[in-house]
Amino acid sequence: MEGSIAVAETVRLCRPQVISAYPITPQTHIVEGLASIVADGRLDAEYICVESEFSALSACIGASAAGSRVYSATTSQGLALMAEVVFNSAGMRLPIVMGIANRAISAPLSIWNDQQDSIMMRDSGWLQFYAEDNQEAVDLHILAYKICEDHNILLPAFVCFDGFILSHVYEPVDIPEQDAVDAFLGPFNPYQKLDCNDPISFGMYATPEYYLEFRYEHDQAVKRAAEAFRKYGKEFGEKFGRDYSELVTQYKTEDAETIIIAMGSICGTIKDAIDEMREAGQKVGLLGIRCFRPFPSEDLRALLGNAKRVAVLDKNVSLGAKGAVALEVKDACYGMDLPIYDYILGLGGRDVRKSDIKNIVALCEEGKGDMFYGLREEVL
Amino acid sequence: MPLGIGCTARPGQSRNNKTGSWRVYYPVLDTEKCTKCGTCQLICPEGCITQNEDKTYAIDLDFCKGCGMCAEECPDKAKAISMHLEEK
Repeated sequence: MEGSIAVAETVRLCRPQVISAYPITPQTHIVEGLASIVADGRLDAEYICVESEFSALSACIGASAAGSRVYSATTSQGLALMAEVVFNSAGMRLPIVMGIANRAISAPLSIWNDQQDSIMMRDSGWLQFYAEDNQEAVDLHILAYKICEDHNILLPAFVCFDGFILSHVYEPVDIPEQDAVDAFLGPFNPYQKLDCNDPISFGMYATPEYYLEFRYEHDQAVKRAAEAFRKYGKEFGEKFGRDYSELVTQYKTEDAETIIIAMGSICGTIKDAIDEMREAGQKVGLLGIRCFRPFPSEDLRALLGNAKRVAVLDKNVSLGAKGAVALEVKDACYGMDLPIYDYILGLGGRDVRKSDIKNIVALCEEGKGDMFYGLREEVL
Repeated sequence: MPLGIGCTARPGQSRNNKTGSWRVYYPVLDTEKCTKCGTCQLICPEGCITQNEDKTYAIDLDFCKGCGMCAEECPDKAKAISMHLEEK
């Protein structure tokens, strides 16, 4: 099954009552799939056609505030156009789930994959989950609704999966049964909602006497989501047989001297490269960031205790600084006697192969890093 | 007032937000000079000037932001409103 269709079918199982999205490559098949599902009567939902991504998420805000479970999906420029609404929906603490088929940001125009788009919204107060494969993209959608709608959390979430690399790839995916998803999620139970008979306004004005406290409460809620992820991830594992109780996935890290940290589909390639390096006697492991917001700083600190060096692979760059993941890892490990090197790679759809992973491990062992990896010197 | 999750509020909450605290200059209306023309009430962007039953005007200092438009627009023959620096 194609990744996008697997996601669309899973969203159907979550029974959103309102879907509003604007098509954009490589997210198109998700919303196309959902539009068909609604048109065919396989999901009882309002599918609101809009003229832009700004309107799509605005419609989601209204629908969510009115007490509906809602879904949207976008990528790249679409997410950029949504920016104001992204921050508003988070501040209004609406549990919206949105799929992000990760894509590079213009200019130069690129429809291909990297993770700059969702990273751009790093500070928006949305939760951010990253899928390694299509099964995780499916599972994280269900889990996201469970976490977001918890009355102790009440936040929106991105479920990020790499554009084309996952969204357009065909691979076996276990789509859960409707009964099981219903039992896990239950019907949407809004904490508060728009009601003509009991009026309320969302996202009101805050004077300087209140704004700081609102931001603090928001930050606390994002941080609490780590525990909710573990709790519901464990529950998900018990119900569906695939465990999500950890914010960070581990692969052969126990005795690893060099640990790679990465996010998204690249983790699959890294695991294959690690298998080959292990056969050659190299002690290499992988920590995959499954939950980027909240950032699992304490988890990483504990998991990197025995490592000798760390290579962080970033499919994004905070221009003028470093990759967003590396910045977080360096912050998490501050004070530890541990060299951490950043490698910016795979931007705008550049392939990352097993040989690249091996080259990076070699560079890391030589103490070379904090660089763009794989630059074509001849065009510079 | 306690924070509402999502910055929510019930109707009428703006009355609790005394925007008069932003003021630098406050207006004083001299009822002796006032001709009761009503220009100040029309011009006030905050709607905080009201007419009393005896046709005199009153300025609600809880919400007056001190813009001074009432003093500026009060007709020349009256000049019944003057602005004064808030002593805080």
